Amino acid sequence: MSAVTAERTASDSAPAKKRPLSERAKAERKLGWMLCAPAVIVMLAVTAYPIGYSVFLSLQRADLRFPGRNAFIGLDNYVSVLSSSRWWQDVLHTVLITVVSVSFELVIGMLLALVMHRALVGRGLVRTSALIPYGIVTVVAAFAWRLAFSKAEGGFVPSVLHLSYDPLGKTWTTYLVAILAEIWKTTPFMALLLLAGLALVPDELHEAAKVDGATAWQRFWRITIPLMKPAILVALLFRTLDAFRIFDSVFIITGSTHVRSVETLSILGYNELLNRLNLGLGSAVSVLLFIMVAFIAFLFVKGFGTSMASQRGEG
Amino acid sequence: MIVRIAASLSLMIAACVVVGCGGSSSSSGGRVTLNWWAYNEPSGSFTKAAKRCNQQAGGRYVIKFNALGKDADTQRQQLVRRLAAKDSSIDLMSMDVVWTAEFAEAKWILPWPKALAAKVKRGTLSGPYRTATYQGRLWAAPANSNTQLLWYRKDLVKNPPKTWDALIDTASKMKKGGRIEIQGASYEGLTVWFNALIASAGGKILDGPSTPAFDRSSATAARIIRKLARSKAADPSLSTQQEDQNRIAFESGSAAFQVNYPFIYPSAAMDKLTGFKQKDIGWAPYPKVDEEHPLLAPVGGFNWGVGAYTKHPKEAFAAAMCLRDAGSQRLFATLGGLPPTLAALYSDKKFVKSYPFAALIRKQLDSGGVRPQTPAYADVSLAIDTVLSPPGSLSPKDAVSRLTKTVKDALDSKALL
Repeated sequence: MSAVTAERTASDSAPAKKRPLSERAKAERKLGWMLCAPAVIVMLAVTAYPIGYSVFLSLQRADLRFPGRNAFIGLDNYVSVLSSSRWWQDVLHTVLITVVSVSFELVIGMLLALVMHRALVGRGLVRTSALIPYGIVTVVAAFAWRLAFSKAEGGFVPSVLHLSYDPLGKTWTTYLVAILAEIWKTTPFMALLLLAGLALVPDELHEAAKVDGATAWQRFWRITIPLMKPAILVALLFRTLDAFRIFDSVFIITGSTHVRSVETLSILGYNELLNRLNLGLGSAVSVLLFIMVAFIAFLFVKGFGTSMASQRGEG
Repeated sequence: MIVRIAASLSLMIAACVVVGCGGSSSSSGGRVTLNWWAYNEPSGSFTKAAKRCNQQAGGRYVIKFNALGKDADTQRQQLVRRLAAKDSSIDLMSMDVVWTAEFAEAKWILPWPKALAAKVKRGTLSGPYRTATYQGRLWAAPANSNTQLLWYRKDLVKNPPKTWDALIDTASKMKKGGRIEIQGASYEGLTVWFNALIASAGGKILDGPSTPAFDRSSATAARIIRKLARSKAADPSLSTQQEDQNRIAFESGSAAFQVNYPFIYPSAAMDKLTGFKQKDIGWAPYPKVDEEHPLLAPVGGFNWGVGAYTKHPKEAFAAAMCLRDAGSQRLFATLGGLPPTLAALYSDKKFVKSYPFAALIRKQLDSGGVRPQTPAYADVSLAIDTVLSPPGSLSPKDAVSRLTKTVKDALDSKALL
């Protein structure tokens, strides 16, 4: 996203750039840099340094338990990670949770956004109640889901449904609970972003289409959706990135039961780093996860850029 | 407004720096505060022992109890994170018997001075004593031992079965309460079960500190675990159950059998039992694999270690001695059901009266199946319970090759676990 805005400002100020800078402009630019400097330094300290350090660690044999055996081993950790079946299993779990939960969130979020947008009575009440799940601390919400579904911990769901098995003891039901919890928790966020997008669609277009005899579905599909595309992409970008790095809710829901069949990549990295204290392997997992997340962000930003360009008639 | 908040925040931080917030050990006015990190023993016997030692110390030190998590894996995580960061606020800690090699190798705990080590050795059962030693030195003081027994309902079962196969068959055929409560979640407890099974089938997990030694005994062990998990006697929650969930399920009256540690006995006296009374609970030796091989029951328990970064090692060693003396161990046993490591207690009449299975426990401890001693134990155990879980879909055919490969990769720090 920032790349896009940078591109835009660059193209806007392109004619001005050709002239040599005046003294005043130079001084202003210098002042600008100085004003930015503290923020840049803080950003470097809290993001660039840890990322760089992780990359450095991922190239080492580094185990906190055996400090004597530390050594530079090149890409061996990456080979170990990528040739391990657990890595690919966890990639599958993460992708599955991401795709299923984000697609449901998009559909339900869109419906919620339309309701919030069109609600005539009790608008405030509708909006507030829709946003409540998002306001609850994730760990608390995850505990609520776990305690409701766990048979071993006396949850009410297994007894209401007369289940003979423990839903949190089986892989597919654990998936279901984790995905439901994720959808319940973050759909409001999706709806909020989409609501902002809906507000961008001018009413006149709808009225004109109505006069031309377009059905409600046609108006939604041909007018609302195309105009909302940037908002949808932003919402999808945020949610996909978040869902791909999912940790807390899955960790809590499977925490007491140690069902590793739904383990996600973030949990894998956490286990290697903080359980086994194997900093080398754990950092390699983190770096690979970082690359995957960066790739997803890149794809979305690309899509976002072209949609913005086509909207401005440059496509 | 923001300025005011920021100012009050910085004031608070400054106050913390001056006064000393958080748990770092401090000595104010000559009195040393020792931070003792131990698992939160549910009966509260640990805090009672700490109080008793504080009184005995006469102001030399004050032990402050800090609770660790519920299961062994969480406790280890909490300690290890602090120790790896050289936290000086860990003066004393409760260490599961399988951590000794790892903690000693990483130099997170102090070896016991010779004079004190000799004192610890005197009168301590040899099995528990061995769990606290690594490469010929004593690294911790055995505080309590533990072993699992086969608990059964005397009102439902007349003769408790002696082998696993007999146990599963008996329970499956029962019309009422035909369940066996056992630890099947993917955690240390599953490794404990597996280790006892292969040890009682004549095998072992490791040959020396770093060579996997899985053989036919592992296939036998895998067959038994699978048979139980797929039988009618299995709890529906087997694949997520740990010791405490077993206890609760047993107390709710749905199971006639429970393979568990003795803590369930004193807690049955305090809890509400459905359909039976505490006096209906019988105990029998841990089941055998077959008649040919001798029984090697699980050996667990906790040792007290002194943190390597403590500022008060002398006081910490003294406090550890007090927290494992006969008086403290009596508290652990009678309140929490934890078997003592001191031989003398097993012949103490008053103790045996309140701990009726003492003789059986002592017998199992003398010939127990100790888990492998290796600095990479946590990795080995994780590799094993990952392969074994979930117990119902375990395949005895390729168990040996999968275990060998996973444990080998874990020891070489090559595989993700």
